[in-house]
Amino acid sequence: MANVSIARRLPMPAVPGARRVWSTARRYPVFPVAILLLVLVLPAIFADLISPHDPLIGSLSNRLVPPVWVEADSFEIAGMGTIETPGGSWKHILGTDKQGRDVLSRIIYGARVSLTVAGLSIFIAGSVGTTLGMIAGYFGGNVDHLIMRLVDITISIPAILFALVLAVILQPSFQTVIIVIVSIFWSRYARLIRGQTLGIKNQDFIGRAKVSGASNALIIVRHVFPNVVNTIIVLATLEVGQVILLEATLSFLGAGLPRPTPAWGLMVANGRELLISAWWVAFFPGLAILLAVMSMNLMGDWLRDKLDPKLRNL
Amino acid sequence: MQRFIIIRVFHAVIALFAISLIIFALIRVSGDPLDTLMDEDATDEDYARVRAYWGLDQPLHMQYAKYIGNIATGKLGQSIRFPGKDASELLLNRLPATLELALVALIVSVLIALPLGVIVAVKKDTGIDIAGKIVALLGQSLPSFWLGLMLMWVFAVHLQLLPTSGRGDLDVSGLLGDRLKHLILPGIALGYFQVAALMRLIRSSMLEVLDTEYVKLARIKGIPEWKVIWKHCVRNAMIAPLTYFGLVIGGLMTGSVVIETIFTWPGVGLLAIDALRSQDFQVVQSVVLFFAVIFIVCNLIVDILYAYLDPRIRYTH
Repeated sequence: MANVSIARRLPMPAVPGARRVWSTARRYPVFPVAILLLVLVLPAIFADLISPHDPLIGSLSNRLVPPVWVEADSFEIAGMGTIETPGGSWKHILGTDKQGRDVLSRIIYGARVSLTVAGLSIFIAGSVGTTLGMIAGYFGGNVDHLIMRLVDITISIPAILFALVLAVILQPSFQTVIIVIVSIFWSRYARLIRGQTLGIKNQDFIGRAKVSGASNALIIVRHVFPNVVNTIIVLATLEVGQVILLEATLSFLGAGLPRPTPAWGLMVANGRELLISAWWVAFFPGLAILLAVMSMNLMGDWLRDKLDPKLRNL
Repeated sequence: MQRFIIIRVFHAVIALFAISLIIFALIRVSGDPLDTLMDEDATDEDYARVRAYWGLDQPLHMQYAKYIGNIATGKLGQSIRFPGKDASELLLNRLPATLELALVALIVSVLIALPLGVIVAVKKDTGIDIAGKIVALLGQSLPSFWLGLMLMWVFAVHLQLLPTSGRGDLDVSGLLGDRLKHLILPGIALGYFQVAALMRLIRSSMLEVLDTEYVKLARIKGIPEWKVIWKHCVRNAMIAPLTYFGLVIGGLMTGSVVIETIFTWPGVGLLAIDALRSQDFQVVQSVVLFFAVIFIVCNLIVDILYAYLDPRIRYTH
């Protein structure tokens, strides 16, 4: 007790302001969270309030306006006279695309699209995968074999190509994207949760629950599930970035969300043939993807180290 | 070991059948194939005749057997966009271009990942290590299609150093051959995504080796540090990453779909995307089946190689 009182009387070591901010930033994922809120979460929630223009309606008189900091320019091409390029204006901070739609507004609504797709598909994939994983691990035997074979097959199908086939048959739509992502991502939960269930099922408290007459369903829900929740949370966080990346890639290839959805991947695809004349159409949506995925990955790493360090090599 | 190989091969065959079954089922779900084949004024008799000709009047399991038989004999189905051409013919025509690109990407990724992974492990917890982590993080987070476009924008459009698209000719005039110039950007864009994973693997493998007794002994003997690292450590640290190469090749093949689209590289991936846009279903499903086979075979080789190098795996399975 004496030690405690002495320690209490000692002044805290004086840490200079900037240092303290830095040490806090190192312990908590401050920067990733800030980027995540700024690029993904806040725009997704408040898109209607903060978006300066409608993401779907543009006017052709406003086509290909450059970002605000680009100045008006004119240059001469031999035999064609002078060509004037307009400067940017505060009306369209990140410029406009070929149809005169505001790039910033489309990126803001694109955050909502990305987050919806990621949230919904990870929720469904997580539920299906976790349930099957717990069943496989708990019951073992033929059920286990069947589910694990299914997992092996799913893992051996290349994701992007599977999506291409589905896109041809079902036509690109929101539902198709969700189906594709769920049918690929459920297997990871199943595999991981099965492994953990195998470890849990041989512990004392499961045996006691059985002796006291609990049904298998009750044991799985009440005793196995609470012990794998952390793993599910970590895996889900680590996967958000991957799902956003996959959806963007599919949309870019024309096998994901249909036009004119303000999806980031589609926006980059729209900017592809404008690379020479209007770089901003492809640049900013791609940057948004990069920042969102990177911050999500950092968040996932941090959460994994906090909640479940065993998953290090995930 | 033999038992392990037999079981793994058996699993791979099951996976292949399952994929062919899924694709076959999807073809059937996609609607009556006759609707696209027949004229508008075709009579019911015409329908019945054509149905019998293609074997569509037989029960489903017979149709599936025929489908598998066709695949086994190299007939993947007639292309709709190029009438009279079989999908397998189109696929084989495009394969060399894809292999060429994948090989360059593989060389690029190894050339970057190997020295980087070794240096990062040796300089653990320094600025160089952190820089390496940033490279790895970017590898996980950059959208490949965007990286490709940005490389094109900087090096082809602005600096005009390299061509934007196509495969180029095989002549070797100039400093670099035309073909090589066309390969650089797509090669880097495709290879970069393997760099992050490979580098992490080499780093952790190197850290393990750096900690062993024989490395300490080599240092005590007074062997120069560069020789200890590049001769004693790297050779032993390569075993784990080597087994990973099967997966790298699988990743390069599927990654080529995206990169070939951006750089209009005339390979199998671009074939699939063009077929997708023109609703040429036979070609799309053939490419998917083809890539799935490569993917499964690569995984099989990796597993067997792994079991060969690490005996513990053989017994736990």
